[in-house]
Amino acid sequence: MPIPEITESFAGKVNRLTLGATIEQGGTRTSTVTVGGAENVVYGGSTEDSGHKPVIAMDVLDSRPDDWPDVLAENYKDVMESPADWGKKCVDEFGAELICVKFDGIHPDKGNKDAEHAVKVTQDVLQAVGVPLILWGCDDDEKDNEVMPKVSEAAKGENVLLGTVTEDNYKSLTAIALADKHNLITEAPVDINISKQVNILVSDMGFPLERVISFQATGALGYGMEYSYSIQERQRLAALSGDKMMAMPVICDVGYETWRVKEARQQDAAGWGSAEKRGPIWEAVGAICLLQSGADIIRMRHPKAVEIVKNFIDNVWQ
Amino acid sequence: MALSGLEIFKLLPKTNCKECGKPTCLAFAMQLAQKKAKLEDCPHVSEDAKEKLAAAAAPPMQLVKFGNGDNEVQVGRETVLFRHEEKFYNPTVLTVTVSDKLSGEELNKRIEKINSLEFERVGQQIKVNAIAVVNESGSSEKFAAAAQSVKQGSELAMILCSDSPEAIEAAVSKTSDRVPLIASAKEDTAEQMAKISKDNKCPLVVKAPSIEALSQLSEKVKSGGVENLVLTLEDKSPRESLYNSTRMRVLSLRKVFRPLGYPTISFIQGDESEQVAAAASLICKYSNIVVVDAAEPEVILPLLTVVMNIFTDPQKPVQVEPKLYSVGEPDENSPLMFTTNFSLTYYTVESDVESSRVASYILVVDTEGTSVLTAYSGDKLNEKVVADAIKKSNVEEHIKHRKLIIPGYVAVMSGKLEETTGWEVMVGPRESATIPKYLKEVWQ
Ligand code: SF4
Repeated sequence: MPIPEITESFAGKVNRLTLGATIEQGGTRTSTVTVGGAENVVYGGSTEDSGHKPVIAMDVLDSRPDDWPDVLAENYKDVMESPADWGKKCVDEFGAELICVKFDGIHPDKGNKDAEHAVKVTQDVLQAVGVPLILWGCDDDEKDNEVMPKVSEAAKGENVLLGTVTEDNYKSLTAIALADKHNLITEAPVDINISKQVNILVSDMGFPLERVISFQATGALGYGMEYSYSIQERQRLAALSGDKMMAMPVICDVGYETWRVKEARQQDAAGWGSAEKRGPIWEAVGAICLLQSGADIIRMRHPKAVEIVKNFIDNVWQ
Repeated sequence: MALSGLEIFKLLPKTNCKECGKPTCLAFAMQLAQKKAKLEDCPHVSEDAKEKLAAAAAPPMQLVKFGNGDNEVQVGRETVLFRHEEKFYNPTVLTVTVSDKLSGEELNKRIEKINSLEFERVGQQIKVNAIAVVNESGSSEKFAAAAQSVKQGSELAMILCSDSPEAIEAAVSKTSDRVPLIASAKEDTAEQMAKISKDNKCPLVVKAPSIEALSQLSEKVKSGGVENLVLTLEDKSPRESLYNSTRMRVLSLRKVFRPLGYPTISFIQGDESEQVAAAASLICKYSNIVVVDAAEPEVILPLLTVVMNIFTDPQKPVQVEPKLYSVGEPDENSPLMFTTNFSLTYYTVESDVESSRVASYILVVDTEGTSVLTAYSGDKLNEKVVADAIKKSNVEEHIKHRKLIIPGYVAVMSGKLEETTGWEVMVGPRESATIPKYLKEVWQ
């Protein structure tokens, strides 16, 4: 019996988006990262349809985190006070192609640091590393609106990825990202309709959809990962069907989500095996699952987890 | 996949004799397609047509069972490519290998270790549910002896892995009452393996180097009378495995290509990290049985969790029982908070309370498995529901104080809730992750 042809004609594809700008492009980056471009579902069709390789963004916090478990913190204990050194370590030692500066320290409950601090961190990290940056606020609307526009300005010309904007809070960040020619992360709480709505809102403000990345909110492995998984699959299918409002590449935050669950944090857990290995594997497995559903950028934290996932990506994507 | 009315019409006599009670054969065919008529109503339909219609009605992917008693496992009969379209039905059977190079104490230790790979997570038991005995020794006797030891040392379903029909024959003769899955028949051994499979009523894995060769081989084995088949491709890179697995799933489900309409098995290669990555991806991407060498709990627990997550019914929110839960060892002065019975919400809160190391009570309110915000906007969460939960749980007997911490997202219900219950309401954080901070700083 001859094998039937699988013929699929998709009306759309995932947008292509490049982060970072070199000197010729008006920035100071020594490398750029391009994501997106998939023309089929994950592993559908041929390997050429898969678009660009997914990329891992390693997290650098603007302020020393005080709640990281040892298994994670020990990798950064020499650099935690200095986001610049931290970023450099991620690039030089762990091979990061993309850095995500997470401004936790500006949150009213986590240090309440001011814009001056955030701007300095941005400048320091830009100086210290040549890879493109993601600059991610603290998720307190008021504080983000106060601080992130200044952060955006400080990175003008660098073509960074700025985040996040939500249905209820998108105006100031969208406006500044537009003015400074950055890219933007639109966030929705695992709800495909809201996700689309945020994209429509920023698009209505004149923000080009080709410069948007979707964040569908991430569930850690065992803590709702499957919700993010299915939303991302639905988004990919919508993109392929030609829905321009859903055609953006996708970012996940596996690092933060993983390192707050007990399977990754808990040291002394009878029957759960080596704590040293368990956390990184938990993070790696969560990331790998979400890659199966169409993630383009994954925020991660543990170097060992990054290594496992990077290897996987290199083995599977061209 | 069901046939369309027109496709059925082509198989009918087209005489319009009306004996079926319908004006024309076409009308009958249309009703048949919509399951409003029965094929038996047409007395003239040919045997050939009957067979074709029956075959078309069969599910596109075979269900295969192995193991026996309580430890029987079943794989296959999946219906969709994406879980949101319906759901994935039969969870991937995660299997750990035992080499027949091991013997005596070493062998028993390995078996014991695999038996112990059982965990409780979010109120459910999850475990490795099969052992694969691998013929690495090259000897039939050693293989049979190892299979025998596994049978004695474990209740789990078994997979017997050897390319040698002699070795398989020897091992099956010791274990056939446990209905092991035989792996694998290749082009040159297909006949002998099929015979062993048939004689012992054990399902059979067929293995070939390409999808084309695999579909030919499965056809051949099937025409020899073995229907319980599982498919696998020979030694592929992770990339090839994933693309092939996806293509096979599309061909079997979307194209109803029968020669590939069977569950699949993956034998994962590489070092531990590579195995973790390949296994996780193949669980997501359609492998029905995943065989790994790694037997460490820190590797197996996350992989079992992947199976659990991916095979959750997306249509049905998983719920926890609405009642009073203790985290740590709370006493009469410990904090009390409520949340909903949507399992994800509950377990997130539980996990965060646990990490705070403040012993607490969590009162789970029945919101029909919806999250806090959804429940509130759908009026499944209001002051009455909470008051009822307080009463039913007898929490008043457990604590002296009358303070209730409520989710920050429903701060608006504070007033009414205080009125209805007479309790002091404290507005907790919106995000569960902030609970530890809240318990340490605001509570007390
Ligand atoms: S009984 Fe059969 S042959 Fe006669 S009209 Fe009905 S379908 Fe056609």
